[in-house]
Amino acid sequence: MVSFLDFEKPIAELEGRIEGLRQMSTDNDAKVADEVLKLEARANQMVRSIYSKLSPWQKTQVARHPDRPHFENYIEELFVDYTELAGDRCFGDDVAILGGLAEFRGRSVVVIGHEKGSDTASRVAHNFGMARPEGYRKAVRLMDLANRFGLPVITLVDTAGAYPGIDAEERGQAEAIARSIECCLRLEVPLIAVIVGEGGSGGAVALASGNKVIMMEHSIYSVISPEGCASILWHSSENAQAAASALKLTAQDLLELEVVDQVIEEPAGGAHRDRAQTIESVGDAIERALESLSELDGAQLKTHRREKFLTIGGLNSV
Amino acid sequence: MNWLSNFIRPRIRAVFKKKDSSQDAWLQCPKCNENIFRKDYVEAQRVCPHCDHHGRIGSQERFDALFDNATYTESELPRAPDDPLKFRDKKKYTDRLKEARAKTQKVDAMAVAQGPIGGIETVVAVQDFAFMGGSMGLAIGAAIVVAAKQAIAENAPMVLFSAAGGARMQEGILSLMQMPKTTVAIDMLRDAGLPYIVVLTDPTTGGVTASYAMLGDINMAEPNALIGFAGPRVIENTIGEKLPEGFQRAEYLRDHGMVDMVVHRRALKETLARTLRLLLNRRATDQSEETRESEDNLTASEQSAAS
Repeated sequence: MVSFLDFEKPIAELEGRIEGLRQMSTDNDAKVADEVLKLEARANQMVRSIYSKLSPWQKTQVARHPDRPHFENYIEELFVDYTELAGDRCFGDDVAILGGLAEFRGRSVVVIGHEKGSDTASRVAHNFGMARPEGYRKAVRLMDLANRFGLPVITLVDTAGAYPGIDAEERGQAEAIARSIECCLRLEVPLIAVIVGEGGSGGAVALASGNKVIMMEHSIYSVISPEGCASILWHSSENAQAAASALKLTAQDLLELEVVDQVIEEPAGGAHRDRAQTIESVGDAIERALESLSELDGAQLKTHRREKFLTIGGLNSV
Repeated sequence: MNWLSNFIRPRIRAVFKKKDSSQDAWLQCPKCNENIFRKDYVEAQRVCPHCDHHGRIGSQERFDALFDNATYTESELPRAPDDPLKFRDKKKYTDRLKEARAKTQKVDAMAVAQGPIGGIETVVAVQDFAFMGGSMGLAIGAAIVVAAKQAIAENAPMVLFSAAGGARMQEGILSLMQMPKTTVAIDMLRDAGLPYIVVLTDPTTGGVTASYAMLGDINMAEPNALIGFAGPRVIENTIGEKLPEGFQRAEYLRDHGMVDMVVHRRALKETLARTLRLLLNRRATDQSEETRESEDNLTASEQSAAS
């Protein structure tokens, strides 16, 4: 059962009709079959047309779509021998961020990412992908491990943001994020970051300060959620649509601003409509990104990352 | 004369003719509401003589109070592009910038200066809350990189005073990118073996805390300063309950291991001078002794008058 977004209503109606016809028709009803084919063509056309001109707010909804592939789906399809590693060695294990060792297309890597969960129980267990300090400290520990053994780091970013709670503040949420950014920037191994859904503020940048930062076609990456921005600047969260446009948070905007290196095309109708193909494209993009960095040694990889972030926005150089 | 002209009219006038109160001889402490003689307040570096509340303080007053004999040279900062995203909410970002510039006589929220602190040549960056809440955008990132590079070129330590609600939303993703950018600057200082000390002042929250403000070799905080990642209101809305007393205040952060010490503004210069001296393995000189004595003898206004 696909969940439809509000702007997908015409698609939902059409697909409902197709489903209805299918159930009514007998095996040899050529007329109905013909009608179904026609309607399917129309539905495909409609999907393409709607998805070719999504507004920033609609993209925000697609980026948060519950059926989009998550960390665990990517692990299952793209990685072999995934060996999860738990805990920050200070306080606990935060499963809003998962990570471990794995084989990716013939090489050992460390893979880390936010996991939002896929049903109510798992969403609660993963705290909807909103990490506490332990999550970022675990990420730092795993990145350090990768650095020590010369393994590339792959991060899959998908979070509304770091968790805003008393316990998180008590244990130094800000410091944990700052150290995670610092760790990303000091690595002497490649760091490839893919924003697969939502890139929410500091909680995202903590894992995304990489040599290559790649975004999915309908993912977003922003300093604040459109709702949060609207409630501060417009004094009403109802202006989230306007805020989404003003913030320039789409993959296309960020490519133009030279904040990200590449945008991965999604299947017609978004990642959730063809998860297998989506995951495959992400894998290909990661592989190409790793290959493009293969000539650089450790020190050069670090310099590459520093230059990238020092020159964003066109001011300062190394 | 009736009550209308006696009572209502002056009130209406007061509403429409808000006079500039920044030159009044007396002002009210924002915390305890006691009246304070302005001259005393400025001399005490905007610390209330009644309740010790540390008021917000601009970069010039900081520099004057911090550098020996208020002697320092301000660094020229690169001019960041205004409004890179053409951002508009209820107001245009360019208008907000214009207003902030007119109000503060500054181009953006950070100033950088170099001078001696207890005889140790130091680069100091100060974030001004008065300029759009101190918010971090391209200008702040560029200023921190300039400060770090200057410190490296001069082989000098760097001290940074943070004050901001967080990233500047009007610069969208580019403001978020100042988190890794400033972190690179701090990392360069570390590679050069130079100390980086942060003084967290009221308030320091959001992306500022989650990058350069929490990465000090030593983190100091001013008394009762609000310091955190998420703002208190955001947390209250998330958990749906009131926050405990003193939550996210400087003393709370010290008790939770996030800052090394809470330092009264009066003791800040001496504490910084001593810490730098110890970190850099230098011994107290006549110069620094003088500084210590002058701290006791000179008032802040006399120090700045000496510049």
